Amino acid sequence: MGIFDYFRQPKKGSAGVAKERLQIIVARERAARSGPDYLPAMQQELLQVIRKYVEVDDDAVQMNVDREGDCEVLELNITLPDHEESRG
Amino acid sequence: MARIVVVTSGKGGVGKTTTSAAIATGLALRGHRTAVIDFDVGLRNLDLIMGCERRVVYDFVNVINGDANLKQALIRDKRVDNLHILPASQTRDKDALTEDGVERVLGEMAEEFDYIVCDSPAGIERGALMAAYHADEAIVVTNPEVSSVRDSDRILGILASKTRQVEQGGDPIPGRLLLTRYSPERVERGEMLSIEDVGEILAIDLLGVIPESQAVLNASNAGQPVVMDMESDAGQAYDDAVARFLGESRPLRFVDAPKRGLFGRLFGG
Ligand SMILES: Nc1ncnc2c1ncn2[C@@H]1O[C@H](COP(=O)(O)OP(=O)(O)OP(=O)(O)O)[C@@H](O)[C@H]1O
Ligand SMILES: [Mg+2]
Repeated sequence: MGIFDYFRQPKKGSAGVAKERLQIIVARERAARSGPDYLPAMQQELLQVIRKYVEVDDDAVQMNVDREGDCEVLELNITLPDHEESRG
Repeated sequence: MARIVVVTSGKGGVGKTTTSAAIATGLALRGHRTAVIDFDVGLRNLDLIMGCERRVVYDFVNVINGDANLKQALIRDKRVDNLHILPASQTRDKDALTEDGVERVLGEMAEEFDYIVCDSPAGIERGALMAAYHADEAIVVTNPEVSSVRDSDRILGILASKTRQVEQGGDPIPGRLLLTRYSPERVERGEMLSIEDVGEILAIDLLGVIPESQAVLNASNAGQPVVMDMESDAGQAYDDAVARFLGESRPLRFVDAPKRGLFGRLFGG
């Protein structure tokens, strides 16, 4: 990184990091609160299943329960790594 | 019928008692018959902040147990008309506040007051749940700091499900955010979460922003709610919050860092 890059870099103070971390943890805790009690266990098991095939982070499986009228919709989001790292 | 307001936060030491004293005093100064109740059983402190610690004879638990009646326990403020304080008990028995007892006392008070402000203890245990249960609305006190914001979100979750109004099939009670100990200079330097940051994360209406201020310590030293110090920034900010609480719209104050010259900006960090 050249000296000009250094000056051009936005000075992102610790508040920016705080905000990002909060957004993630608060979203996760809200999802856990609003969903059925079995969600955390199910999330862990899904993670184990996925890891049989591909190496993923602890937060790779995100779940969200939405209500649409009388229906509960479970939204499942699985983030795969950027590069193919399957053990296949 | 009184409107019951809980001042809550989850995290300890963020300014609940300071806020309860200021909001209750502000409401009474505007002519509303107001009582403020200390729900912090075992850690009575509202009496000190209100400056009536030497006049405590009976407390909340005495009234619940029938050792005293409400009239005997309520302390009438000497400076502000229409303002009463119900102190917490110093007992170590955390179960001293019974559900039925709290309900009965609040019911009795509801006849005599326009507003009942409940100063919640920290945490999400029994005492905090008890303070919130009967509320018609909530003031969530938050500091611009990660653990306080996270705890506020947890409290919002509790408010959404564990109040009498919800249990009886009603809507969740409205809750508004009071951001306290705010330091515009530190926000400008990127060292502290901004109003916008916290607002975005918690997604509730903003009741007000109270600056970090020496006036708060002065007020607690003197036993005089900071809202009575209308010369001070924090006093004025609390006064604005009370006005907004009652439906007035007031612009935010004390939220911008003083403008600095070019040199200040270059070298001030
Ligand atoms: N705006 C402010 N500026 C400076 N200091 C403040 C401000 N608000 C609160 N404080 C200080 O923070 C400390 C905690 O305040 P307070 O007792 O009101 O918090 P609390 O939430 O009621 O605490 P607890 O959870 O223990 O009941 C006190 O020393 C108080 O003087
Ligand atoms: Mg307190």
